[in-house]
Amino acid sequence: MNKKTIFLAALSTALVATTLPVQADAIHRSKANALFKTDFQPRGQASLDRLDEDGVQAICNRTGNSPPENIAKRLEADQLARVKYPADGKLMGNWKEGEALAQSGRGFTWTDNPGLPVGGNCYNCHQIGPKEISFGTVGPSLFHFGRLRGHGADMQKYAYSKIYNAKGHNLCSEMPRFGHVGALNEEQIKHLVALLLDPESPVNK
Amino acid sequence: MIDIKYPIALGVTAALLVMPPAVTAGTKRAAVKAPTTKAKPAPAAAAVEKDAATLDFEKHRAEMEDASPAELFEAKGEDLWKSKRGLKNVSLAESCDLGSGIGVVGGAYVGMPRYFADADAVMDAERRIVWCMVEKQGFNFAEIAKKPFASGNSAPDQTSIVTYVAAQSRNMKIAVPLNDPRVRDVFETGKEVAAYRAGPYDFSCNTCHGSDGKRIRMQNLPNLSKPEGAIIGVQGWPGYRMTGGLMLTHQWRMNDCFRQQRFPEPKYASDVVTALLTYMIGTANGQLYKGPGIKR
Ligand code: HEC
Ligand code: HEC
Repeated sequence: MNKKTIFLAALSTALVATTLPVQADAIHRSKANALFKTDFQPRGQASLDRLDEDGVQAICNRTGNSPPENIAKRLEADQLARVKYPADGKLMGNWKEGEALAQSGRGFTWTDNPGLPVGGNCYNCHQIGPKEISFGTVGPSLFHFGRLRGHGADMQKYAYSKIYNAKGHNLCSEMPRFGHVGALNEEQIKHLVALLLDPESPVNK
Repeated sequence: MIDIKYPIALGVTAALLVMPPAVTAGTKRAAVKAPTTKAKPAPAAAAVEKDAATLDFEKHRAEMEDASPAELFEAKGEDLWKSKRGLKNVSLAESCDLGSGIGVVGGAYVGMPRYFADADAVMDAERRIVWCMVEKQGFNFAEIAKKPFASGNSAPDQTSIVTYVAAQSRNMKIAVPLNDPRVRDVFETGKEVAAYRAGPYDFSCNTCHGSDGKRIRMQNLPNLSKPEGAIIGVQGWPGYRMTGGLMLTHQWRMNDCFRQQRFPEPKYASDVVTALLTYMIGTANGQLYKGPGIKR
């Protein structure tokens, strides 16, 4: 057994011991899972192993994105514990570079060149800076984020960890786990923290 | 493969924008077409300014729908449907049953996906047409599946045939036979397919299409779990896509959504795509299908 299967096994034991909320019917879920095994082909960088669920995905898929509280808390803590912070403790980078990253929606599709850096996709889902009017609404507005929430050490740590692994704070969040999956590196996440929190960033003007 | 040599297919945006409505007034389609109603802007988008492409599209939607390049493919598809072709040299019109009897196309599109006893499977329109091409006409599935969607300046035959068949359901209500337990089973499976989160971004279809009034950038995301949202995902497909200038089918749309989801590629005409389409089109049951269209 590798780490992942041990983790999953522990999870299912935990799940059996808890009453799950009434959930989508297991028969059709397993039929759907079977289709994910048979009906796909790799293309470009999108290999078939992308269809395997990791522990968090497995729990969210099995509970319609609302896992029992005690399980959610444990797994959130587990996700959060795996956030790697910069060694020098500095969490704020350059907001200008953060803005460019937030704009770019590139990355991970089978038509993307795997050699090129991945973008943050942030504007796909969030309102952020005041100049960009083409923003999505899947996530909440982050305009004035630092002005409203502060920019001290705790907020920096929260923003860094949220971008690194959104599931550490909200297990079945719709937001990707950018640092956790290696989409964005330490430097890039710091730039995004600055975009959100730096008092000089247009987000907070 | 058809070579699209018509200039309208290549320079369509420019051609259509300058085309006065009068030019199209006498087309065969005008007779069967309900008066064009301008789509209401979605409430979510109303709060912010729209990008130039959206404005442009909305402004000229009426003219463009009257002169839809989809008609080109409709005509081509009618030809293909009626011609003797393939190793067996038979036409689809004399061999293919889309659900209401051999050769019957009227209303067939809005009645699929449905169960077909001869194949012992639930199939969506495109898959059924390809099944007929293979089983009845003797085409090779592997060949068809190599390049299943329009690209460059050619569109595969089945794209035109689907467009022709879809046009014969214009202004009819979606009527997927969900009371057939075999169809219902595939519908429920499709619902689970839409909910399945995986991949580097943990996305499922529902991440983007599971609730009301959401957008990615400026693009409105239909809520596929409700009839009013699901019909938006069905309407206009097969559609002539202005971006890129290609005629694309509903199967293509599913394929591209899995791409956006960062998943690998669904196999052409496979169960997983039929399941999604059954879920989506079945959810739109009772809504009016306006026929092949034009997409931005
Ligand atoms: C696919 C959608 C999506 C993308 C892409 C996305 N987010 Fe989010 N984000 C969400 C959602 C949904 C929430 C609210 C739920 C939650 O907190 O998990 C959220 C919450 C947040 C929060 C917490 C807000 C609060 O009030 O505490 C921050 C900070 C944030 N996102 C930053 C970012 C940044 C920076 C990026 C780009 C690197 C990004 N997001 C990309 C969907 C997204
Ligand atoms: C990361 C976000 C995202 C995911 C995940 C996603 N979509 Fe979409 N979808 C979009 C966007 C953005 C559009 C509008 C873009 C366009 O028209 O090209 C769209 C458009 C569509 C449309 C066409 C709507 C129309 O107006 O015709 C359908 C149907 C659809 N998606 C279904 C799906 C299905 C089914 C899945 C899952 C396999 C899925 N989507 C996954 C973002 C997404």
